[in-house]
Amino acid sequence: MKQLILGFFIAMLPTLGLAAGGGSIHLDAMEPDHANKESLQRGAALFTNYCMGCHSAEYARYKRVSDDLGIPAELYEENLIFTGAKIGELMKISMKKDLSEGWFGAPPPDLTLESRLRGESWIYSYLRGFYKDDSRPLGVNNVVFDNVGMPHVLVDLQGLCAVEPKIGQNASVDPLSGNVNNADACPEYAIEGSMPAAEFDRAMYDLTNFLSYMGDPVKLERERLGIFVLIFVAIFFVFAYLLNREYWKDVH
Amino acid sequence: MQKLIQWVDERLPVVDAWNNHLAKYYAPKNFNVWYFFGSLAMLVLVNQLVTGIWLTMSYNPSAEGAFSSVEYIMRDVEWGWLLRYLHSTGASAFFVVVYLHMFRGLMYGSYQKPRELIWLFGMLIYLVLMAEAFMGYLLPWGQMSYWGAQVIVNLFGAIPVIGEDLSLWIRGDYLISGITLNRFFALHVVALPIVLLGLVVLHILALHEVGSNNPDGIDIKKNKDENGIPKDGIPFHPYYSVHDLVGVAVFFFIFFIVVFFFPEMGGLFIEKPNFEPANALKTPEHIAPVWYFTPFYAMLRAVTVDLFGLPAKFWGVVVMGGAIAILFVLPWLDRSPVRSMRYKGWLSRIALAIFAISFVILGYLGLVPATAGRTALAQVLTTLYFLYFILMPFYTRMEKTKPVPERVTG
Repeated sequence: MKQLILGFFIAMLPTLGLAAGGGSIHLDAMEPDHANKESLQRGAALFTNYCMGCHSAEYARYKRVSDDLGIPAELYEENLIFTGAKIGELMKISMKKDLSEGWFGAPPPDLTLESRLRGESWIYSYLRGFYKDDSRPLGVNNVVFDNVGMPHVLVDLQGLCAVEPKIGQNASVDPLSGNVNNADACPEYAIEGSMPAAEFDRAMYDLTNFLSYMGDPVKLERERLGIFVLIFVAIFFVFAYLLNREYWKDVH
Repeated sequence: MQKLIQWVDERLPVVDAWNNHLAKYYAPKNFNVWYFFGSLAMLVLVNQLVTGIWLTMSYNPSAEGAFSSVEYIMRDVEWGWLLRYLHSTGASAFFVVVYLHMFRGLMYGSYQKPRELIWLFGMLIYLVLMAEAFMGYLLPWGQMSYWGAQVIVNLFGAIPVIGEDLSLWIRGDYLISGITLNRFFALHVVALPIVLLGLVVLHILALHEVGSNNPDGIDIKKNKDENGIPKDGIPFHPYYSVHDLVGVAVFFFIFFIVVFFFPEMGGLFIEKPNFEPANALKTPEHIAPVWYFTPFYAMLRAVTVDLFGLPAKFWGVVVMGGAIAILFVLPWLDRSPVRSMRYKGWLSRIALAIFAISFVILGYLGLVPATAGRTALAQVLTTLYFLYFILMPFYTRMEKTKPVPERVTG
C-alpha cells in the first residue's frame, strides 16, 4: 500500500511542474521601463501612426498621455490626434466594429489594457513574429498568434520574414547604440523593410513599452508613493511596538 | 465631558457597553500570534466598507458601462486606483485572515463547549463572505467575472428537477447578463453587507458572553481572585488594543506591499482575463475562480462518476456543499476532553496537519487546468478533507491526551 501511495505521488510530480500551462511558445523577454520618457514618446508616435487606424485605446485620454509623457499639449494635438478629437477626450477611433468584424473576422480589440491581459513579452514577441504565409487570406501569419487575422501593418518598417522567425532567444544589447538586438531572428526576408533589424527591435520595444504604460499609467506614481507608505508603516510599527512593551512589562 | 457622558449614560448604557466589551472584558493573557487575525478581520471589513462606498460613487452597474466605469475609476477618478486596489487586495486579505482565524480555532479547540454558537456565527460569516466575494467579482464585468459567474450559477442547474429553473431564477436571464449584474450589485453593496455586519455583532456578543479561549484551552473563569476577576485574565483595553496595533502595523506593511507594488499578485488577486470586457460569445481558454474558492472548486471537479442515475456534476456540487456544511457540525464531532492541540494526542495533530495540507494543495489544484493525474490527486485529497471530520469522533476519543494545567502557561 505504501509503495502504491509513493508511486502515485511520484507519478504526480511531472504534472505539478507544468502548472504554468497556456501557450507553449517561448517568448522574448521584455522588461518595460515607464521612467524612460523618450522610449514612451517614440512608442506613442508609433502607436498613433500605425495602430490607431484600427485599434482604439478608449479607456485612456489623450491629455493624460500628453501630461504623463511630457509632450506639450499643442504639439500633441497637432501631430498625434488624427480624428479631430479634443485633447481631453478618450482615445477612440472611427472604424466601426460591425464593419471591421466583416473585414478581419473579429473586430480589432481595444488596446488600452492589452499589456495587462497578455503581458509585455507577449506583445513584444507578437509584433516581431509576423512571417510570409501564402495560405492565409492576408498572406501573413504570426508565430505567437497562429492564424492571426491582423495584416502585417509594420511591413514597410520591418519587411516581411520569408520563414518563421525564431522568437524566444536571449536578446543581446548592442554596447554602442544600446539597441536591443535580436537581428538573427529572421534569417531571410521576402520583402525588405526600411529599418535594420536592430532598429526595428528597438522601435517595437518602444511600442510595447508604451502599451505597458497604457495598461498601468499610474505605476510609477504608485510605486513612488508605496515607498513612503511603507516607511510610515515601519515607523508606526516602532511606536506601536514600544507602546505595547510599555503596557505589558508588568504583566506576568 | 464627564457630564456629557453621564447625560448620555442615563439614557443609553454606553459606560456599561464600554466596560463589558473593552475596559473590563477580561481576555486570557497568554494570547499568541494566532490571536491577531480576529481583529485584523474587523480591520479589513472596515477597509472593504469604506473603499466600497467610495467605489460605488463612480461605478456604473450596467452591462454597457461597468467595465469602462472601472477603468474610469482607475484612470480619471482622483485616487480611484488606490480605492480600487485597496478594495481588490482587501477582498483577498479578508480570506487570508479569515482562513488563519479559522485555523486558529481548529488548533486550539475554540469551537468546543461553550463556544459552539461563536463557531456557528463564524461559519455563517464565512458563508456570507463567500457570497459577497463571488458577487463582487462579477462587478468589474471582465471575462473572468463573467465566465466565473456563469460556471458557478450553472452549478445550481445540476440539482435534479428544480435545478434549471433555480439557476434561471438566480440569473434573472438565460445567461449572465446586465440583469444579473444589477441584482448582484444590489446584493453586494446593500443586502449582504448588512447581514455580514449583523453576524459580526452576534459573533462578538456570543464571544464576550462566554469569554475568549486561549492557546492552552483553559477556562480562565475557573480561577478568579477576590474581586471576581480571572487571575489569568487581562482587560482587553488597553492591553490587547495596544497589542493589536502591533499586529495591524505588520499586517499593513504586507498589505501595502501588495497594494502598491503587486496589485494583481501575479494574476491571483486580479486575474489576467479580467482585463478584457465580458463577452458572452468568447469562452476563455481556462476558467479558474479566485484563489480563495479554489479548494472547493477542486473538490467539485474531483467528482467524475455518475451515481444513482444522477450526473457527476450534481455529486460534485453535493461534495462541495458538504465540504462547507460539515464545518458547521465541527463542535459536535470533537469528543476530546481537552481543547488545545497542545494537550491533544498525536492522532489529532496528524489529522489537523493532513487536513491543512490537503486544503492548500486542493487550492492549488483548483487554480490549474485539470489533468487525469491532478483529478486523481484531488480525489485523494478530498477524501482526506472529509476523513478529518468523519473520523474526528473516533480519534479524539481514542487518543491519550496530556494533563491540562490549572493556569495558563504563557
